[in-house]
Amino acid sequence: MESADISALWVTLRLALTTTLILLLLGTPLAWWLSQTQSRIKTVIEALVALPLVLPPTVLGFYLLIALAPGGIIGGFSAHGLAFSFTGLVIGSVLYSLPFVVQPLQNAFGSINRLHLEAASTLRASPLDRFFSIVLPLSRPGFITAATLGFAHTVGEFGVVLMIGGNIPGETQVLSIAIYDHVEALEYAQAHWLSGGLLLFSFIILFLVYRQNNRWAHS
Amino acid sequence: MAMPTMAETIHVATASNFSQPLKLLAKSFEENSSHTVRISAASTGKLYAQIKHGAPYHLFLAADQKRPEILEKEGLAITNSRFTYAVGELALWAPQQQFTGEAKALISQTDIHRISIANPKIAPYGIAARQTLKAMGLWEQLQGRLVQGENIAQTYQFIASGAAEMGFVARSQLSEEAKTKGYYWAVPPNLHDPIRQDAVLLKRGADSPAAKAFLAFLRSESAKEVIRAQGYGLGDS
Repeated sequence: MESADISALWVTLRLALTTTLILLLLGTPLAWWLSQTQSRIKTVIEALVALPLVLPPTVLGFYLLIALAPGGIIGGFSAHGLAFSFTGLVIGSVLYSLPFVVQPLQNAFGSINRLHLEAASTLRASPLDRFFSIVLPLSRPGFITAATLGFAHTVGEFGVVLMIGGNIPGETQVLSIAIYDHVEALEYAQAHWLSGGLLLFSFIILFLVYRQNNRWAHS
Repeated sequence: MAMPTMAETIHVATASNFSQPLKLLAKSFEENSSHTVRISAASTGKLYAQIKHGAPYHLFLAADQKRPEILEKEGLAITNSRFTYAVGELALWAPQQQFTGEAKALISQTDIHRISIANPKIAPYGIAARQTLKAMGLWEQLQGRLVQGENIAQTYQFIASGAAEMGFVARSQLSEEAKTKGYYWAVPPNLHDPIRQDAVLLKRGADSPAAKAFLAFLRSESAKEVIRAQGYGLGDS
């Protein structure tokens, strides 16, 4: 592999890990609220969360570039804007992969038997205590699925990064962009290596998750 | 006596930067013939890959000379049909800069944070931008401030959206109004190799009189006038 490809691999992994961590931190309370609430705005929030599933990444990227530009609604918080920066990519990826983390968590939380929680409640367990000692262990498969899908989806991200990244080596040049550039430059051998690697990597990750979930389902 | 010609549909693959002028050219060609022109615009590299894998195009208007040449060598394009239909011109554009001075002084300003160029690895206008910056002695010092668009359209969009303060775009992308807004500098052609854009008749079009007629039309005076008016130079053909 070229050193540029190795650096793209590193940026990709760093981006996927950071995004997954942030999404688990933000997505857990959001998914919990969605699974418990009777609020009327629940449907609105659910639709908003699902938007990245149906929107072309180019739509997201187009608006993100404007928002991240110097003086934009997000970019305005930074002196030079956040477009073409790693931070900008993280913001884009969090939005882009949001449904992949929130939806499995919401499903997991929603399928927990309420009687368990009520029993704990009569034993005077605080809401926080109930969450950590009942909800978390019972929704372990949901967390694994959410983390894996969030991670894998960010690794496979292309359109958004293409629109807001600016292709800066070591900062915003990710693996999918490097593959695209190899193809455009007619460097098909390198494109094969990276594409094949990514294909294998994605399959292995998904295989491991499904195997683990099947084991838990049968145990 | 002229034989009545069958109405045909010509499939033209064009580099994105030329899709606007091509639409005008196709319209005027259609008005003077019974044929229809169907345009597919993408990057030259992507179109090359598609043609290599059997895409049904009759003509290929590339953004460089390299890809048509390779197709010729691979037997996918008709030998001796290749010619330069347009020569791209590079311009520096900074719509928000109120600056009157030399371009070099403007680019060197340290408070310019992001300068947009097309990716020199894959885009002909990117190669020209890199050559220009090297010729000006600025390439090294600008590393870290350069952002790359995948093609010249995205390079333009980075600047138009305000995400990058300035950049090197194609002169053909800038309206007269855009040029008067902020800072505009037509890069002298001696700072980079000419951006020669070649057209070629593909194997699929070899037996199509309409495709050949359109290729001939591209070299006509009326077509040249349109191409020049759209901000391109002309080849010597």
